Amino acid sequence: MSIALSCHDLSHSFPMAGGSLTVLDNINLEIETGEMLAIMGPSGSGKSTLMNLLGCLMTPVKGRLTVLGQQTAGMSREQLAELRSQHIGFVFQQFNLLARTSAQDNVQMPLMYNPDPTRDDEQQARHCLEMVGLGDRAGHTPNQLSGGQQQRVAIARALVNQPKILLADEPTGALDTKTGKEIMVLFKELNRSGITVILVTHEPEIAAYADRTIMVRDGKVESAT
Amino acid sequence: MIQIQLVNTALSSLRRNLMRSMLTTLGIIIGISAVIIMFALGEGAQKKVEQQIEALGTNLLMVKSSSVSAGGAKGAAGNVQKLTLDDVAALKREIPQIVAAGTSVNAQAQVVWGNENWNTRIEGINLDVLSAHHWEIQAGRTFSEQEMKSAAKVAIIGETVAEELFGIASMAVGETIRINKIPILVIGLLKGKGEDMRGSDLDDTVMLPFSTAVRRVIGGNSKYQDRIKRITVQVDDPSNMDWVAAEIENVIKQRHRVADDEPSPVRVMNLSQMMETRAEASQVFSSLLAGVAGVSLLVGGIGVMNIMLVTVTERTREIGLRLAVGAKPADIRNQFLIESVVLCLVGALLGLALSVLALIIAGPLFGWEMVLPTNIMLLSVAGTAVIGIGFGYYPARKAANLDPIEALRYE
Ligand SMILES: Nc1ncnc2c1ncn2[C@@H]1O[C@H](COP(=O)(O)OP(=O)(O)O)[C@@H](O)[C@H]1O
Ligand SMILES: [Mg+2]
Repeated sequence: MSIALSCHDLSHSFPMAGGSLTVLDNINLEIETGEMLAIMGPSGSGKSTLMNLLGCLMTPVKGRLTVLGQQTAGMSREQLAELRSQHIGFVFQQFNLLARTSAQDNVQMPLMYNPDPTRDDEQQARHCLEMVGLGDRAGHTPNQLSGGQQQRVAIARALVNQPKILLADEPTGALDTKTGKEIMVLFKELNRSGITVILVTHEPEIAAYADRTIMVRDGKVESAT
Repeated sequence: MIQIQLVNTALSSLRRNLMRSMLTTLGIIIGISAVIIMFALGEGAQKKVEQQIEALGTNLLMVKSSSVSAGGAKGAAGNVQKLTLDDVAALKREIPQIVAAGTSVNAQAQVVWGNENWNTRIEGINLDVLSAHHWEIQAGRTFSEQEMKSAAKVAIIGETVAEELFGIASMAVGETIRINKIPILVIGLLKGKGEDMRGSDLDDTVMLPFSTAVRRVIGGNSKYQDRIKRITVQVDDPSNMDWVAAEIENVIKQRHRVADDEPSPVRVMNLSQMMETRAEASQVFSSLLAGVAGVSLLVGGIGVMNIMLVTVTERTREIGLRLAVGAKPADIRNQFLIESVVLCLVGALLGLALSVLALIIAGPLFGWEMVLPTNIMLLSVAGTAVIGIGFGYYPARKAANLDPIEALRYE
């Protein structure tokens, strides 16, 4: 098994009035390719921060991060953008769809930042919508879709660049239990198809879908299973 | 490829805020229209002045009999010096640098042909008037020396008079008109010159030989007899103007036996210089107007910048999302730059259309002289694109430098 993501002595702190707030303290973590990992922990423990560091949306104050064998230390904003574009898909708690924009266009949007003249963008976006079961809703705008459907559109958008890694920060946090479980079934399927899935949750029922769960507490990571 | 998509993205976000986009564009529309209209009017005014200078003639001095009483103890007190045709002839004879010395007497009179009549200016001229003022004959001929001497009943008429009397100007030559009941044969038709600097129609005139006018037509009243108020002198070269002006005074003083230290019986003015001063003043004025118009364009540009800053702030979350899914800072920057350039260019093109329309419709309506300044049009559209980039750059860079996580969290 190869390693999808690994961090070595990863630390992060936020500057505060009079000092700094250390959120993550020397984290060492390895996530294997094809794994489905749940990150749990109390609110404010630093789950999102860890997630954002793993997804190269933030640069750590200290430590090393390796994504699919590439060292991220010293990469420029452009290089990090390219890495995200090609290998990492994000799903957010609040969906973050573009308002008044069709599902099709929402899903297609990331493709424009990763141009490939041989690819049929429309077709690829359509295919991703079909994968999440919304092939018949391509023309709908977010306000014409239910919460669960909106999150499916967001997942399709995360998949459109065919990433190896999918990061989801509380993807079911804004959904009811039943819809949340449907979303988790979808994540499980995607994981079975070979995508490494990392998700943050504070619900044990959601974490139960993962192969492995880790706990973030007091800036440290401990294994929960 | 990505550029096309960035343009599409920019266009659709502008469409989404259509009202706001249009209002922002309005600033540019007004700015561009102002610039183009001001330039067009300025160029028009300039061209008009040039035409007037051309119509007036070049290297001209105006000799006027001054109204001060001259002669002092020698002459009779209060006796206003008169200029005569002999003075005119003497000037030309004694100063070789004088190419032409034109003079005329004027009166207003009714001109009749059949049932038609027209009130116009009657000028009794010497032949030099025609050459000094660049008059040309478009049909018929000019006066012969014989006709000048013998006070022949012949006339050369201006286009306006010809059109008013005959309907078709070219019919005039060979017809007999009546002025103060005196039959006069039209032997020539002048080429049109348009308006002078005061806006009066130069072509609204009937020219008679000086002698005819004085003796037969307007000389009925004896106070017009042989009395010349002004002489227009054309000098061979601009560099001789001042010298000839001084020489004219000398010659007149000698002929009228006025001592050197006594006030001159004539005033000599440099007409060409006066016209040039006028042309310069009109140039300065148009530049000033264009400058004001330029400021309004600048204000329009600031409006674009303002709205782009608002847009960037409003769409912080969208920017965060785009950065998260792989947009490079340059992609974000370009997207917003394109938006501001599109706003400016659409404004520029609409402004261009509007100003051309305004000039075409309102121009003749208000009697504006105007020249459509093609180079200024192209320049102002290109300039607006530069304004779009210039004023759009700061907001666009601000968007591009956002931190993706902070942008996504922005409320
Ligand atoms: N941009 C920031 N500036 C300052 N403090 C922050 C910032 N982001 C997060 N924090 C703090 O870091 C801690 C961890 O936040 P987060 O990773 O969002 O926790 P979780 O997702 O586990 O709820 C919290 O105490 C939060 O207040
Ligand atoms: Mg969180």
